[in-house]
Amino acid sequence: MAVLVIAEHDNASIKPATLNAVTAAQKIGGPVHILVAGSGCGGAAAAAAKIAGVAKVRVADAPHYAHPLAESLAALVVALAEGYSHLLAPATTTGKNFMPRVAALLDVAQISDIIAVESPDTFVRPIYAGNALATVQSSDRVKVVTVRTTGFDAAKGEGGSAPIEAVSAAPDPGLSRLVGQELTKSARPELTSARVIVSGGRGMGSGENFNILEALADKLGAAVGASRAAVDSGFVPNDYQVGQTGKVVAPELYIAVGISGAIQHLAGMKDSKVIVAINKDAEAPIFQVADYGLVGDLFQAVPELTEKL
Amino acid sequence: MKILVPVKRVVDYNVKVRVKADGTGVETANVKMSMNPFDEIACEEAVRLKENGVATEIVAVSIGPTQCQETLRTALAIGADRAILVETGVEVQPLAVAKILRKIAEKESPQIVILGKQAIDDDSNQTGQMLAALLGWPQATFASKVKIADGAAEVTREVDGGLETVAIKLPAVVTTDLRLNEPRYVTLPNIMKAKKKQLDVVKPEDLGVDVTPRLKTLKVQEPAKRKGGALVKSVDELVDKLRNEAKAIP
Repeated sequence: MAVLVIAEHDNASIKPATLNAVTAAQKIGGPVHILVAGSGCGGAAAAAAKIAGVAKVRVADAPHYAHPLAESLAALVVALAEGYSHLLAPATTTGKNFMPRVAALLDVAQISDIIAVESPDTFVRPIYAGNALATVQSSDRVKVVTVRTTGFDAAKGEGGSAPIEAVSAAPDPGLSRLVGQELTKSARPELTSARVIVSGGRGMGSGENFNILEALADKLGAAVGASRAAVDSGFVPNDYQVGQTGKVVAPELYIAVGISGAIQHLAGMKDSKVIVAINKDAEAPIFQVADYGLVGDLFQAVPELTEKL
Repeated sequence: MKILVPVKRVVDYNVKVRVKADGTGVETANVKMSMNPFDEIACEEAVRLKENGVATEIVAVSIGPTQCQETLRTALAIGADRAILVETGVEVQPLAVAKILRKIAEKESPQIVILGKQAIDDDSNQTGQMLAALLGWPQATFASKVKIADGAAEVTREVDGGLETVAIKLPAVVTTDLRLNEPRYVTLPNIMKAKKKQLDVVKPEDLGVDVTPRLKTLKVQEPAKRKGGALVKSVDELVDKLRNEAKAIP
């Protein structure tokens, strides 16, 4: 049986998180299909067809899919679920929003945030903010799964040439509508797909002081993140947050500045390849997980680092 | 307008959890338990809606062992009017929780169900969405602002790229994110008052819900430990190590 991956996209292109979910689908086995539900989403569908290893792209193009509202999207996925062994979506705020709705409508459990596929019915997922890993087995006829993107490499976005098939839209449930969006504009890479991340914590002292991190980030082509403490203190918006309750990241290089290393923050970044910590408190728990720790004043160390790179 | 607030009893967020030696789960014996922090935010939001004259009654509900009564008393002390415990000794997974809550919602007919976006034990992030699906209601997850007027709600949601606002018809399910509010401290007089409030106990069987788990936990392990702890003395040494040892920068 085939595996259906529900793509995350902006109608014109596919969001990178989808590529990690495709890799998870390939590990499960069986042909991989991608569903692109959007409005005027031909660009996204064409991009999905190019993903290496995809057997078919199914496209539902209707005005009520312009934005991924959980009520509409779940109804569509449920209508298309027949014949699939697994339904997968990346565990982004979009995937987390509509997938449990799909699972409940199909009367099956959802397996959230998997980081490994042991077999087609057995998966590994973090619990307790990543302080424990549970291996769970599903007995449901169809497995509804969200994929933690850091657990799987991205599939190649080029090289495939899957056929594109139109599917009919499900009726618009008309329960909800999008009123507006306030998206953070940034020329820097997105946190969840950045190769390098520079993050600030409470030690930054203020939002203005994030300037020195931005200068370092620009030098490294990095994204800027923050701990929950920095967000709670109002230094930066919540979408900067890395941690159990924010984004989970695993870049090549993670530079934690003025971050003490609360469990909830570590849960979001400890799978990074190389971790650097700069903090004036030598006892800070962040040093326990850092490959390179520098005890010192961040207001001297960070500008110096920026200059010497 | 009635609000239903489901709350979960979990290992306190300050406790460093330990995996059991036999790999069957994490140690919960003699560990401090508290209300799931996201559910506390849900209680607070419901109480504020009542204080603002939007809501008239708040019913808290919890599912689990007898000790969940303590969690419900906390909800009552924050300001819920009465509580329901669905008592069971077995593990209840999100789908079964949603089915139980559907039965309670059908009986109580709330206009809004507010609950945490996830519980900090299993980190599933499913129950609210599943409940909305089973009831055929709209949902607004990861809420950071809730406005209610004229039989509808406008909810600002925390999403990956920033914020988005959705309009949903009531009745609806709302799940809370961290910045929705800061829960009040529970005062002693309110704890005393909470002891006198009504708390009913029912069983899943009474509601006709099958709570058999769909997922079997085969094992629980500790994650691989990171080998950290190395210090550098200067920025120069850091740059050198990053460039030549870790090869993390060009």
